[in-house]
Amino acid sequence: MSESSSTRLSVFKTYKLYVGGKFPRSESGRVYEVTAKTSSGGKGKWLANAPLSSRKDARDAVVAARKAFGGWSGATAYNRGQILYRVAEMLEGRREQFVREVGEAEGLSKSKAAAVVDAAIDRWVWYAGWTDKIGQLVGGANPVAGPYLNLSTPEPTGVVTVVAPQDSSFLGLVSVIAPVIATGNTAVVIASEKSPLPALSLGEVLATSDLPGGVVNILSGKAAEMGPHLASHQDVNAIDLAGAGAELAKELEIAAADNLKRVLRPQPVDDWTADPGTARMTPFLETKTVWHPTGSLGAGGSSY
Amino acid sequence: MPTTLTAFADVTTSDSALRRFLHGLPGVDAVGLEARAAALGTRSIKTTAKAYAIDLAISMIDLTTLEGADTPGKVRALSAKAVIPDPTDRTAPTTAAVCVYPDMVATAKAALNGADVKVASVATAFPAGRAALPVKLADTADAVAAGADEIDMVIDRGAFLAGRYLDTYELIRAVKEACVRPDGTAARLKVIFETGELSTYDNIRRASWIGMMAGADFIKTSTGKVGVNATPANTLLMLEAVRDFRAQTGIQIGVKPAGGIRTTKDAIKFLVLVNETVGEDWLSNHWFRFGASSLLNDLLMQRQKLSTGRYSGPDYVTVD
Amino acid sequence: MASLFEYAPAPESRSVVDIAPSYGLFIDGEFTEAADGKVFKTVSPSSEEVLAEIAQAGAADVERAVKAARRAFEKWSALPGSERAKYLFRIARIIQERSRELAVLETLDNGKPIRETRDADLPLVAAHFFYYAGWADKLDHAGYGANPRPLGVAGQIIPWNFPLLMLAWKIAPALATGNTVVLKPAETTPLSALFFADICRQAGLPKGVVNILTGYGDAGAALVEHPDVNKVAFTGSTAVGKRIARTVAGTDKKVTLELGGKGANIVFDDAPIDQAVEGIVTGIFFNQGQVCCAGSRLLVQESIHDELLDSLKRRLSSLRLGDPLDKNTDIGAINSAEQLARITALAETGEAEGAERWSPECELPSAGYWFAPTLFTNVTQAHTVARDEIFGPVLSVLTFRTPDEAVAKANNSQYGLSAGIWTEKGSRILAVAGKLRAGVVWANTFNKFDPTSPFGGYKESGFGREGGRHGLEGYLDV
Repeated sequence: MSESSSTRLSVFKTYKLYVGGKFPRSESGRVYEVTAKTSSGGKGKWLANAPLSSRKDARDAVVAARKAFGGWSGATAYNRGQILYRVAEMLEGRREQFVREVGEAEGLSKSKAAAVVDAAIDRWVWYAGWTDKIGQLVGGANPVAGPYLNLSTPEPTGVVTVVAPQDSSFLGLVSVIAPVIATGNTAVVIASEKSPLPALSLGEVLATSDLPGGVVNILSGKAAEMGPHLASHQDVNAIDLAGAGAELAKELEIAAADNLKRVLRPQPVDDWTADPGTARMTPFLETKTVWHPTGSLGAGGSSY
Repeated sequence: MPTTLTAFADVTTSDSALRRFLHGLPGVDAVGLEARAAALGTRSIKTTAKAYAIDLAISMIDLTTLEGADTPGKVRALSAKAVIPDPTDRTAPTTAAVCVYPDMVATAKAALNGADVKVASVATAFPAGRAALPVKLADTADAVAAGADEIDMVIDRGAFLAGRYLDTYELIRAVKEACVRPDGTAARLKVIFETGELSTYDNIRRASWIGMMAGADFIKTSTGKVGVNATPANTLLMLEAVRDFRAQTGIQIGVKPAGGIRTTKDAIKFLVLVNETVGEDWLSNHWFRFGASSLLNDLLMQRQKLSTGRYSGPDYVTVD
Repeated sequence: MASLFEYAPAPESRSVVDIAPSYGLFIDGEFTEAADGKVFKTVSPSSEEVLAEIAQAGAADVERAVKAARRAFEKWSALPGSERAKYLFRIARIIQERSRELAVLETLDNGKPIRETRDADLPLVAAHFFYYAGWADKLDHAGYGANPRPLGVAGQIIPWNFPLLMLAWKIAPALATGNTVVLKPAETTPLSALFFADICRQAGLPKGVVNILTGYGDAGAALVEHPDVNKVAFTGSTAVGKRIARTVAGTDKKVTLELGGKGANIVFDDAPIDQAVEGIVTGIFFNQGQVCCAGSRLLVQESIHDELLDSLKRRLSSLRLGDPLDKNTDIGAINSAEQLARITALAETGEAEGAERWSPECELPSAGYWFAPTLFTNVTQAHTVARDEIFGPVLSVLTFRTPDEAVAKANNSQYGLSAGIWTEKGSRILAVAGKLRAGVVWANTFNKFDPTSPFGGYKESGFGREGGRHGLEGYLDV
């Protein structure tokens, strides 16, 4: 490290939302102050002014997610797997940045933050491998008692609102986004309110990972402000309440009943590094069962 | 040659035109067709409806003997049975016809002695149909000359399966012409497709249209000589064909399931198919026939049961 | 109908079923009166004859039943799966033995034709119990991890359109997975569930494992709200489904909802026409159209509209409406005066909005609740009869020009339960089936059901699947 660089004034990043593949500021023009978390859990230094998203930002994100749904759900599972793997590749290249951001966000030492980022990268790899396997696991032919082929196939449910975990700002975030999009859904994500920066930076990674714009949309701000609008939005098909507190979760679940969204209730997660299984994918899958007659090769034959 | 129906003049100009037409007919989903036939088979026909159906079925039978061992004696016995199916109950109707080989037509005609029972003759190198055209036409002409009222011809399944639809069509037209008597009247022509050999329902629908366009008076499922003969499903399909043909041309054509229909229960199922697919216009022996032999005695036993209240037995109907 | 061949009446014998004048609630293995002594009457919709007087459950009875189910849960869930399986196999067999009796009973109480209860409902009921019986000792292999646990007490609310079949869809997987059950049948069709209670007795099922609460919506609501109910399974209207979803918000209750539909039955110009006509008829007139997955919207390619409609009308003219116990009846009675009023009102709206109404000539019996099979043509997406679930024998006919347009119109609904596709072109079936947002797609067939086949909706048609391996998930803590 040279003498001059130690005195150089660094360039701050303006953190922006990630919506429809673009990086807008909040249409409201509002921001809020994001501070670091100290190792004792206290409030640390100023990190950035994050966009304080409004309900209109949320609405725009839903429009973008719906627009992206056809293409993303229609992509081959192999293609989706390759793109999710590409996310891991891009993250690996930005590892140091995320270690710093996660450390600051969660008050972790560099080595602990590095372990979290590594786990998050590995989680993308895990879900990249799932895209073309989950269908065989949860679908298949059903042996009906009649001359029919009967085939059940999982399909993505549509646009999923994800209230990301509040404390695990990056591993938790990746752990809730990746299963939603691995299965072909598109997502509107409300990042951790206190620690949104890793999420907003993830947007930059996603934008350079061949992921079509709109598949993941990331909003920073207050879940309690945006949540009710997303929960009652008639063009949202499901909601993951992972990061909602009990009271907010109940409120959002009630609102979600307006169009019978699939609701994944918040569950206590002690350890985000544990094997996630399939439990975060199947809630956002519909099972479609198709019947078709099989018939016969023809009845007859000569007996002369 | 009989005139081609103007509605179909275009489609019978060439093999390829005919193929395009036949392959443009709606497909048949086998499972759906069979399910519909089976569902109609669950109709419960009781008391007065059953009595009506039994007499109607008897009146629709082409009482058939088509054996290498047929003799004049056998044919005379069959003819007597056709006229008086139940000697113990003269209210039983006569059958529609007796059906025999061409060389037995004269015997049958004489035995029937003017009774209101037709003589139907198989022809065209029945049942395989493997003979040259002149032979088939001579076979037909011979039967007509001997007094046959009706000719049951077989199509050339080989030609059909080889895709020579126009040959199939022309054969029927030629036989139709051979059915014409010197006085200008003609024997009614039944065209047997041998559905068991055509194998698929799509083929049966196509063959039905070839037959109807070529001037068949009846379309008929089977010779009775192969593994699969008349079934509710293939008969339903042919009923749909004559229904659609009449809707399109105004021409009504009869249907004759043949082979394998042995019980009253079976026969009534076929009559339900007729009733609910094409309706009462076809509920007479001018438009619907059963090609059968043992069916008659079962119908007679059921008839006796209805009139006496007792179950009958094989010793109370005649063996011919 | 041809007058030459008039089918004589062929009624199924009523004597195979013995209906008592009154029935109690089935709680903890005993028939008991409602705590407040309330009763209601169940009538035969085809004659309005009162069949029996039924105890009407209230909140106190819900309390008793849930307690009984909770008490029974510990032992029932601890039984080896192989033993639970044998109880379910017993039930399946007893249903088969008593199927004629139950078919007649169901026809009397529901109004649907005996042809359907005999050939569809009852065989499927028995098959469903037989199927899930086999799962009870194989749950480790069901794909939900080792030793998946039951949830506890399941509160189940079923509709009146397939009373015993919906009971089977609910109870069979619940018991196989080790849950105990409080089930509320619909108020217009309580009888077959009470007969099922007797089957549980014959099978020697431990008391409290199955409890039947007959009654109205208030009892159902109390059941959903009950804090000691761990699972809510509901089949019925989307409006009630939403209410339930709000009620259970913030709790740990697992919910499956099987709700309304407005199924599109899409007929392409290369369809097997005769089978398509049958499929359309089955799709909307099976069970008088009182089927959540009914094909109530016919989307027909414009080029064959007239031809198809001619065929369809001719076919409708051959439908036989009348005494549901007559073995030749195709169309039975509407389940209740209330439902008849709803169908009538929606049909009137269809006319008022300018759709063209047609019914075959068809004499309706003077007593009972009847509605003639009805077609609406000149219907567009904007018409009420194209959007609202009618739940009756009313078909709305719309047209489309291209496969794209067919899919867009089919999906243009708040519902997503069922759809039909008719074409002889295999690749088109697969392409269209892939794009339809519906839980069950019937291609070149319609309204087929099987215990191995998962059933349930997209969007506002509900969530969760019943049937097959998928049907276990709603009753397991996974």
